[in-house]
Amino acid sequence: MIPLSTVKPGQFARVETIFGEPALVQRLYEFGLLEGEEVEMVALAPLGDPVEIRIGNTRLSLRVREAECVTVSILR
Amino acid sequence: MTPKSITVALVGNPNAGKSTLFNALSGLRQHVGNYPGVTVEMKKGHFTFDGSRIDLIDLPGTYSLAARSPDELVAVDLLLGRRPEEPAPDAVLSIVDASNLDRHLYLTTQLLDLGQPVVVAVNMIDVAAAQGIIVDCAALTREFGIPFVPVQANRGIGLDVLQRTLFEAAKSQTAPQRLVLPAALESETAALVEHLGAGVSAFQARRLILDVSGSTENWFVAQRGASLQSTLVEIRSRLAAAGCPVPAVEAKTRFARIREAVAKCVTKPAIRPIGRTDRIDKVLTHRVWGTLVFFAVLFFVFVSIFWAADPLMDLIDTATQWLSAQVEGAMPVGPLRSLLTGGVIAGVGGIIKFLPQILILFAFIAVLEDCGYMARAAFLMDRIMSRCGLSGKSFIPLLSSVACAIPGIMATRVIENRRDRLATILVAPLISCSARLPVYALMIGMFLPKEEYSVWARGLVLFAMYMVGFLAAPAVALLLRKTLLRGERSLFVMELPAYKRPSLPMIVRRVYDAGWSFLRRAGTVILATMILVWAALYFPNTSPEGYKYEERVEALEAVAKLDNDEIREQLGDNRFDSDLAKLGVDVTLLPELLREDAAKKASATKGEHQRNSYLGRTGRWMEPVFEPLGWDWRIGVAVLASFPAREVIVGTMAILYEVDDEDDNKKNDQLQSAMREDWNASPVRGRHRIPVALSVMVFFALCCQCASTLAVIRRETRSWSWPAFTFVYMTTLAYIGAFVVFQVGRLIWY
Repeated sequence: MIPLSTVKPGQFARVETIFGEPALVQRLYEFGLLEGEEVEMVALAPLGDPVEIRIGNTRLSLRVREAECVTVSILR
Repeated sequence: MTPKSITVALVGNPNAGKSTLFNALSGLRQHVGNYPGVTVEMKKGHFTFDGSRIDLIDLPGTYSLAARSPDELVAVDLLLGRRPEEPAPDAVLSIVDASNLDRHLYLTTQLLDLGQPVVVAVNMIDVAAAQGIIVDCAALTREFGIPFVPVQANRGIGLDVLQRTLFEAAKSQTAPQRLVLPAALESETAALVEHLGAGVSAFQARRLILDVSGSTENWFVAQRGASLQSTLVEIRSRLAAAGCPVPAVEAKTRFARIREAVAKCVTKPAIRPIGRTDRIDKVLTHRVWGTLVFFAVLFFVFVSIFWAADPLMDLIDTATQWLSAQVEGAMPVGPLRSLLTGGVIAGVGGIIKFLPQILILFAFIAVLEDCGYMARAAFLMDRIMSRCGLSGKSFIPLLSSVACAIPGIMATRVIENRRDRLATILVAPLISCSARLPVYALMIGMFLPKEEYSVWARGLVLFAMYMVGFLAAPAVALLLRKTLLRGERSLFVMELPAYKRPSLPMIVRRVYDAGWSFLRRAGTVILATMILVWAALYFPNTSPEGYKYEERVEALEAVAKLDNDEIREQLGDNRFDSDLAKLGVDVTLLPELLREDAAKKASATKGEHQRNSYLGRTGRWMEPVFEPLGWDWRIGVAVLASFPAREVIVGTMAILYEVDDEDDNKKNDQLQSAMREDWNASPVRGRHRIPVALSVMVFFALCCQCASTLAVIRRETRSWSWPAFTFVYMTTLAYIGAFVVFQVGRLIWY
C-alpha cells in the first residue's frame, strides 16, 4: 500500500484507506472516492502539486498533502 | 381566493447546469435575493404554470448537504424553512448530470431527508448518450419513488414536462420515501432528537452526528454548550463500535443504494471509452504543454482587455468632455454648473469608463468558466498561490486586477472558501491597475526626461512600480492569512468538470449581470463621493477679496479667446504704438502677449480657488504630514483630491501648477516642465526630485485611491468594515512605503 500522491500519471490504483481531517475525508467520500474504488492518476501540476485524479467520470484536483491521506495499491 | 404562489428551491452540484436550467425556466424574470449574512448570491426567479406563479430560488452549487461553511448552512436552513425571510420551499428541484449520475444522485438522496417533494431533472442526456450512457428515467422514477424528468437545459428541451411535474409535486405535498441508513445510526438519531428536545428535526440530528466539526455542529455547540460536543463524541464512538464509522457510513450506504438503482436503470458501455475530456486534459493539464497554453490564454485575454477596451474608454472620455462642454455652454457660472460638470458628469463618466474592461474581462471569464477551463487554470497555479496562503482560484482575479481591481474583485466569486476569497479581495487593489499608468507616466516623464534618461531607465522605473504591487499583494495576503483571516488551511479538493461548448445565452447573462451590478451599486457610492470631493474643492467659491473665482476665470478666458482685431478694438486707439515701437516693442505681438497673460491669470485664479477651498486649506494644514514624504502642500492636495479616483491627480496637478489646458498632449508637456521648474526652485525638492517623484509613485502604487473599488468591496463582502479596513491598511502601507522611499532615496541621491 502506497500513498495516492506517489502514483505516477497514467497509472491506475485501488483505494485502500482514507484518513485525515474529517472535512477532507467526508468531501472525498462525497465525490465517490470510496475504499475499493479504482482511481487513475491523470496529471501533475507544473510544480508537482496539486495532482489530477479520476474516479469514474469525476475528475478531481487534490493537493499532495490531501492525496497523502489516501492509501492505494497499484492495479496497472 | 387567489391561488397561493408555489416556491421551489433549485439544488445541484456545481457544473450540473444549474444556472442554465434556472435561466431557461425563469428567463428575464429574476433578481438577486437578499439573505443577510450570506456572501454568495442567491438568485430568485419565477415562471407561470397553469395560471399559478412558481417562484424559483437558485441555491449555490453544492456537492452535499453536509454544511461546511456559514454560507452552506444558510442554504440548508433555507431548505429546512429555518430562515425568517423565506418559508420552507414547497418542492425541491434537484438537477443531476446524466453522464455522471452516481455522484450527482448522492446529493439527491440527501434531499429526500428534508421531507419536501423532490423532482429530479436529469440534465445533459445528449452528452451522456454521446458517451453511450442511456438513462431510463421511468425506471429511476419507479426505483426512487420520485419523478425523474430528462432535460437538455441548454436547448430548453423537456422544460414543459418539468414545469408540470414540479407543479403537481408541489401541489401534492407528499413526502418522499427517504433512504434508510443502518439501524444503529437511525436509533442514535432518534435518541439525539429526544435528547435535544423540541424544535430540532431528525435531519439536523443526523447532520450533527455525521458531519464531524461541520457547521451544524459548530452552531449547536455554540447554542447548547460544550456538553453536546462530548455527547456527539460518545455517539460516534458507539457507532464506530457498531460497524458504522462516521462519516464513511453515510457515503457507503448512499452509494450502495445509488449503484444498485443505477445498475438497473442506466446502460453504460462495458469499457469506459476514452472521451473528449480525457484527450483535452492530456494537453491542458500537462506540466509543460498545459502551462504554455495557460500563459498563451492569459496573454491573449489581457492584450484584448487593453486593446479592445482602449478605444471605447477614449470614446466615453470624449463623450463626457463633450457633455461637460455642452452644460458649460448652456448654463450660467455658479455652483450648480460646477456641480453638474465637476461632480455629476465627471463622476458618472469616471464610472462608466471602466465598463468596457469589465464587460470584456467578464466575457472571457464566462467563456473560460463555462467551457471548464477555469478549474484547470486554478489547478496549474495552485502551488504558487498556496505559498502565500491563497489558492489557485485567486490567480485569475489577481491578474485581472492589472486591468482594474473592480472586475478582479468581482471575479473572486468563483472562490468558495470564505477566507481565501476575502484575502484575495483585500489584496487585489494592491496590484497596479490601468488607472495608475497615467500617474506613473506623468511622474516618469517629469523626473526622468527623455533628453536625460534612456528608454531602459524609464521602462525600468515603470516595471519597478508594477513589481511593488506584485510583491506587496502576496506579502499582505500571507500576513492576513496568519492574523486576521487565520483559519484551517482550506481544502483544495476541486472538481475538474468535463469540457463543454460554452453557451452563448449564459455568457451574455453573466456579462450583463456583472455590468449592471457594477453600474448600479458602485455607481451610487462613487457618485456620492465625487460630489463630496467636488464640494470640498469648490467651496468657498468667493475669494477673501470678495470676487467670485469662476466669474473672474470666465472673464479672463474670454479675453484669452479674442482674436487680434477684437483686442485692438478693446485697447481703443493706437496712439502709443509709435512710442512703443521706439522702445523696441513689436506691437504686432501685443495681442498675443495679452492673450497669454489672460490665460495665465485664469489658471492662477483657478489655482487660488483650489488653494482656498476647504480641501486646499486642509492640504496646507496637513503639510507637516506630507513633509516626511518630501511633498509640498500642492502634491498633498492633489493626492487628497485623488482619493475617490486616482487619475484625478493629473488634472488636479495641472490646475495646482497653473498650467493652461489647450490640448492634452501639450498640457502634459507643459505640466511636466512647470513642475520641474517649481521643484528646481524649491530647496528640498530641487535636490531630491527623484526621491520625491518615487515617493509619490510608490504612494499611488500602494494606496486605495478608488471609491469604486471600495464600493465593490462593500458590495461583495456585504459589510462596511472590509472596505474600511482595506482603505486604512492600504493608506498606512502607502504612507510608510512613500516615507521609506523618500528617506532612503534622499541618502542615495544626496
